[in-house]
Amino acid sequence: MNTRISTRFGILLVAAALGLAGCASGSTSTPATTEADSVTITNAWVKAADSGMSAAFGVLENSGETDATIVSVSSDASSMMELHEVVDDGSGSMVMQEKDGGFVVPAGGSLTLEPGGYHFMLMDLTAPLVAGEEATFTVTFEDGSTMEFVAPVKDFTGANENYNGGDMDMGDDHSGMDMGGDDQ
Amino acid sequence: MTTDRNRSDRTGSTRRQFLVGGAVAGVGAAAAIGIDLALTSGMDAAPAASGSTPQDGADIVPFYGAHQAGIDTAAQTYGTFVALDLLPEVQRDAQRRMMKVLTDDAARLTRGEPALADSEPELAIARARLTVTFGFGPEFVARAGGSGPSWLKPLPAFSIDRLEPAYTGGDLLIQVAADDPLVVAHATRMLLKDSRSFTTVRWVQQGFRRSAGAYPERSMRNLFGQVDGTVNPEAGTADFDEVVWSSDGWLAGGTGMVVRRIRMTLDTWDKLDRSGREQSVGRTLDTGAPLTGTAETDDPDFEARNALGFPVIPEFSHMRRARSDNPRERILRRPYNYDDAPTGGALSDSGLIFASFQADIDAQFVPMQQRLADLDLLNEWTIPIGSAVFAVPPGCAEGGFVGETLLS
Repeated sequence: MNTRISTRFGILLVAAALGLAGCASGSTSTPATTEADSVTITNAWVKAADSGMSAAFGVLENSGETDATIVSVSSDASSMMELHEVVDDGSGSMVMQEKDGGFVVPAGGSLTLEPGGYHFMLMDLTAPLVAGEEATFTVTFEDGSTMEFVAPVKDFTGANENYNGGDMDMGDDHSGMDMGGDDQ
Repeated sequence: MTTDRNRSDRTGSTRRQFLVGGAVAGVGAAAAIGIDLALTSGMDAAPAASGSTPQDGADIVPFYGAHQAGIDTAAQTYGTFVALDLLPEVQRDAQRRMMKVLTDDAARLTRGEPALADSEPELAIARARLTVTFGFGPEFVARAGGSGPSWLKPLPAFSIDRLEPAYTGGDLLIQVAADDPLVVAHATRMLLKDSRSFTTVRWVQQGFRRSAGAYPERSMRNLFGQVDGTVNPEAGTADFDEVVWSSDGWLAGGTGMVVRRIRMTLDTWDKLDRSGREQSVGRTLDTGAPLTGTAETDDPDFEARNALGFPVIPEFSHMRRARSDNPRERILRRPYNYDDAPTGGALSDSGLIFASFQADIDAQFVPMQQRLADLDLLNEWTIPIGSAVFAVPPGCAEGGFVGETLLS
């Protein structure tokens, strides 16, 4: 798991930079329709956790005529975030990994972020996420436009996918959630 | 058909009934232990509500509104009552967070949508008139820093009570009711999962009434075979509003709730003949009519005497004892039967989850319960084994949460 994280790290930094740029310029001043204009998220929620890692979920819908690609996500709740998918690692184990090319929300379609599938990964919480609070996220699209959304925090026992066989449970007690430290 | 036969019996049996009445009077005097089952205005108060419309698993009861649903809602077939205790560290801020989460869960589930993070979303699509109703116990209000209504405290100890801690008290009550048991189970599970970081489970009571259309009479029947709830105020009337809804501070638009678990000793009840059973409550078993009437909704005539000069409706009958000349002493009954697995060689563990709603428990419920504790023939076969009191906050609008008038 350390290997994979390391190789992705550079990409992450680039994505973060793009995200900042998107925030700074904003998406409202451009007359042309942006990706952010076409995409909404519903039923968003984020898993409660005391520290370490967590994940946010929801249903992304794209009402536009072209695909929208999410290249990064950020939140004050986590010092670092990634776009994750859960895949078979080849041995039958389901593991999380960063999604190559970002999340594509198809034109006129939707992309569901859910435990066991795509999700916004909070890599290192800045403070405990407790049930009933809310966390704010900023999604950045390929064209630099951004979308902000608020997700309530919920207790959830699932979403315990491993990272390449490592024991990086999300939430609950944070045994096995020290992956961020391993990667520094 | 049983009903028909009984009815024809009844028309010709007036005199026999009187004679049996004398025999029962003896039993009653010995009994006089009083209980509560009765309590409420009796087996006579029936909800306009129960199951008078065809059951449809797709029907939705709106969650948002001035009042919480599940009170003036026609009583659904299945009801689960859960009492939770707040964890020691849970105070006002955490209480608010919890109620936000639970409110959102309830709003979604009652619409037939999965809750957020619902791990069994396929179970959530049924509606079945699901309602979720929250009530706050004394400790909940105290932790929130609020001042509760004066009646928000354990009921007075009644002589008939044999209360067991396993069914008594609680900081937060959740009443989950629907016309489908799977819907109730899933909603209860979801709400408990989201309560887990704030509370522990104190008790759970699962109950049932009857499916819509299964029985002809308007009121439900308890496991003694008696109609229950005949004289309930009718939802949507000024009378109902006065009996049920509080206008007091943060509780305005809410109500007071009493939940008592009444064990019914069916094995000794079996020894009582039919007329004796009718005398005990003051109503006929077949139609539920007062012993002085012919229809369930007939007003009882407490002055009527039989040929021997005894009141037709005995003084010790549940209905007579529950009635008050004070119109304030009325409540809304919304009980469920329970029929659990017996233990210790018994044939049954059955009874009534007595649930009632009233604006002021001290003014409306307690005097009635006291009269019944002092004397009610039904006490002979009923034993209160659980008791809890809750303040049920008003409903909320979309975007708000239940309890916001206390916690915001």
